Amino acid sequence: MIYINTFFSEIYKIIFLLLPVLVSVALVVWLDRRVWAFVQKRKGPNVVGPFGILQTLADALKFIFKEIIIPASANKIIFILAPIITLTLALIAWAVIPFSNEMVLANINVGILYLFAVSTLSVYGIIMGGWASNSKYPFLGAIRSAAQMISYEVSIGIIIINVLLCVGSLNLNKIVLAQENVWFIFPLFPMFVVFFISSLAETNRPPFDLPEAESELVAGYQTEYSGMMYAMFWLGEYANILLLCALGSILFLGGWLSPIDIYPFNLVPGAIWMILKILGLFILFSLVKAIVPRYRFDQLMRLGWKIFLPLSLIWVVLTASFLFFLDMLPITG
Amino acid sequence: MKISRIIKTIFMADFVAGLTLAIKIIFKKKKTINYPFEKGKISPRFRGEHALRRYPNGEERCIACKLCEAVCPAQAITIESEIKDDGSRKTTRYDIDMLKCIYCGLCEESCPVDAIVQGPNFEFATETREELYYNKQKLLENGDRWETVLAENIKADSPFR
Repeated sequence: MIYINTFFSEIYKIIFLLLPVLVSVALVVWLDRRVWAFVQKRKGPNVVGPFGILQTLADALKFIFKEIIIPASANKIIFILAPIITLTLALIAWAVIPFSNEMVLANINVGILYLFAVSTLSVYGIIMGGWASNSKYPFLGAIRSAAQMISYEVSIGIIIINVLLCVGSLNLNKIVLAQENVWFIFPLFPMFVVFFISSLAETNRPPFDLPEAESELVAGYQTEYSGMMYAMFWLGEYANILLLCALGSILFLGGWLSPIDIYPFNLVPGAIWMILKILGLFILFSLVKAIVPRYRFDQLMRLGWKIFLPLSLIWVVLTASFLFFLDMLPITG
Repeated sequence: MKISRIIKTIFMADFVAGLTLAIKIIFKKKKTINYPFEKGKISPRFRGEHALRRYPNGEERCIACKLCEAVCPAQAITIESEIKDDGSRKTTRYDIDMLKCIYCGLCEESCPVDAIVQGPNFEFATETREELYYNKQKLLENGDRWETVLAENIKADSPFR
């Protein structure tokens, strides 16, 4: 009996995490389009619901009723599996994101490793989708995406090492609590910039949207997908973007901590600060989409391997020696 | 590379400039109009849907001179006429194939009595081809419907003709 109770309470917890994530993904797609439109002096979607907020729901409804077309030459099983994997991986990563000291589904001690592992796996969805389509544009998109995501994953990993050096724990809650005095964005500002740019590349956002570059590859790995399967790729993509915004706010912007620990601010619940920080980073994501042109592929690779990787490695050495000589290394026990 | 260029690259000066510009533009007035609810301004010379006009006493203006039929580069106009009992020449048939029409406005310019005009209406899309083969009755209806606007437009444009 007690097992059943535990089972259901866990299920409820998961639903209470996933539903807000999915709803906020829908809202965030709308926000993205709005910000993009505003920068171009357009109005963007403003018809469905107040300010057009429900636009994404209308789009999703359209996707649901559309026919799913599976190309004759495609590998059916992998073709269908690919969007499922993308969406699932984008969603399970949210399990370890802390929204306050208690509001976290799984407060595991290797949270950051888990997050990193899951976000690395998400490239599989794209490669599988691109390969199983058995068509040239998806294939090229998948190759590009694999190369790109792996190269930027490396620099993100090393940036995370920087933060971990200052914290001394892999637990996301402890990472947030270590920033009570000063957010890591101040001492590690260059690393925050590199992290932000790498996360743009990691989520295939412009200026690094080569895997789905409209002007070159039609829609990259999504070309052969239609209906709900396309929508799942799309949801997974935005869930991933939100996830990296959340990771950025946990690692550098103090997660659910309030900016200043004084009277009116520390009454606001942590979850709200967390959401505000994620939104702020996301708006920056959309602004970047609106203002920068796309990178060429060799430039992208050069930036990843020749600039970001050495830079973050040097910064690891700098952080480590700084902490060591000033005797500020966190005590690990 | 010049030193100043390198410093600019390191501090991403161009990116920051672009970002500030983008943020400034976000708060500017938008250029988009909410089309079906708001409409853009249309010039009096706008060449939209055709209409056949009448005199204030209800008599058709068209005298069946067939100048418009002759001038029409797309040969979209077909006219047949006869002499009425009062000795005036009137059309019995005035068809415009709106699918052939290229909206050049030559019919309007050739007309000696301002009978055939192109009005400000551009929202006359239909679901079938047949609905776009306009006959005399349809064109006269258009004229009656848009007469006030048409008269104003012709008056506004008359100093330049």
